[in-house]
Amino acid sequence: MNAETRPLIKPLSSGVGNMASMKAVFSRDMKVAFRQRQDLLNPLLFFVMVVTLFPLGVSPEVSFLREAGAGILWVAALLSVLLSLDHLFRHDFDDGTLEQLVLQPQPLFLLVLAKTLAHWTLTGLPLVLLAPVLGVMVHLEGNSIAVLCLTLLIGTPVLSLIGSIGAALTLGLRSAGVLLSLLIIPLYIPVLIFGTGTVAAATEGAPVAAYLALLGAFLVLAITLAPFAASAALRISLSNS
Amino acid sequence: MWQIFHKLGSPKWFFGIATRLMPWLLAGGVLLMMAGIVWGLGFAPKDYLQGNSYRIIFIHVPTAFLAQSVYIMMAVAAVVTLVWRMKLADVFVKAVAPVGLVLTFLALFTGAVWGKPTWGTWWIWDARLTSMLILLFLYGGVIALDRAINDEKSAARAVAVLVLVGVVNIPIIKYSVEWWNTLHQPATFKLTEKPTMPAEMWVPLLLSVLGLYLVFGWLACLRMQTEILVREQRTRWVREHVMAGRT
Repeated sequence: MNAETRPLIKPLSSGVGNMASMKAVFSRDMKVAFRQRQDLLNPLLFFVMVVTLFPLGVSPEVSFLREAGAGILWVAALLSVLLSLDHLFRHDFDDGTLEQLVLQPQPLFLLVLAKTLAHWTLTGLPLVLLAPVLGVMVHLEGNSIAVLCLTLLIGTPVLSLIGSIGAALTLGLRSAGVLLSLLIIPLYIPVLIFGTGTVAAATEGAPVAAYLALLGAFLVLAITLAPFAASAALRISLSNS
Repeated sequence: MWQIFHKLGSPKWFFGIATRLMPWLLAGGVLLMMAGIVWGLGFAPKDYLQGNSYRIIFIHVPTAFLAQSVYIMMAVAAVVTLVWRMKLADVFVKAVAPVGLVLTFLALFTGAVWGKPTWGTWWIWDARLTSMLILLFLYGGVIALDRAINDEKSAARAVAVLVLVGVVNIPIIKYSVEWWNTLHQPATFKLTEKPTMPAEMWVPLLLSVLGLYLVFGWLACLRMQTEILVREQRTRWVREHVMAGRT
């Protein structure tokens, strides 16, 4: 950069770029999470147990499970993401880290995006990896299982992103867990519909590209808008406490 | 224009205007609704297919209409709350959210009552029914969040964020639910395709919709006034107003 184009006043910054700070937040969250390994395991166990309830509670018939399997897995994944959302900001809120994040010169929504990404890597991604096993247990066919995993891979980040808004809004409230579910479940419905719709189409042998494209569109929309809403909500919750 | 905008932010000014406006809103609303409902229930022609049971439309459609437009109004007020921090905007959101909830419930309830003779069942997972049910959940969430936060200002802004997130989602939910329904079952019943109405049917319908709008305006003013009195209880004008009412 030559002298003419250099700005007269240097922009205020801590000398750390946006990407670098996002990376730092991400790796910190991963590190903290791996020190509490049981917390990482719990949503997965919950996922498996909820799926187990359906054959026991409704019917172990192959025909029923094959038809309902994708829906069962999706609902279970949705609930287990929902359950883990409370952890997204809670610890940082309790020990004051969150206030430091808000004070950073980097835009808050980028840091929130990094945190949400870490949350997905720790809860959503393991669910996707576990899904094939459960898919076999509910008698889904090979092709359907592959499509199911693909929809979960695109869909679970959307769940984390939308959930981050709810987690930020309910931060520091009494009975935040139930309230969080009340706020977020209605917003999850489109993802659920298209997630299971894709698998249903695949089972019938119909092309699934359009469904996946729509799920992808949800993901893009969620990545662009959810961090803004979540960071606005975080600022409100912090000013509240 | 800016002066009006500025004045609108003053609870005291609004309180006065609302007091003067409310009798007109109530009288107009009740008159229009009476006209619409009496005309609709008593004098409009029978439907050639559904007979008399269709007449619930004169209650069902206004409530469903209002239920949706109240949420849109709340979203507009939410933007005003977040951008201009106008006190009255969040008073509005807080005051009308329960009204919206009740209207949505009434729309669902009258829909169920209408569905029984027409479709032979109280409830079907039709796209429109389902999206109204989700709207009911959204209203419930807004009210629950508002009640959960003690601090008035944070509650107002948090609710505003939630309402805006909801309003972005409403079209997505609506279209995905519609698509989901056409996916799983062929449309046995269609709410949307009714015979084009003769004027004797849609004029009373329009009257009752307009009437309900006015009644809603009255109710919103009333609830906002109550909320204002609670919030401004420490100010002099509220004390004077309340004392004047007592003597």
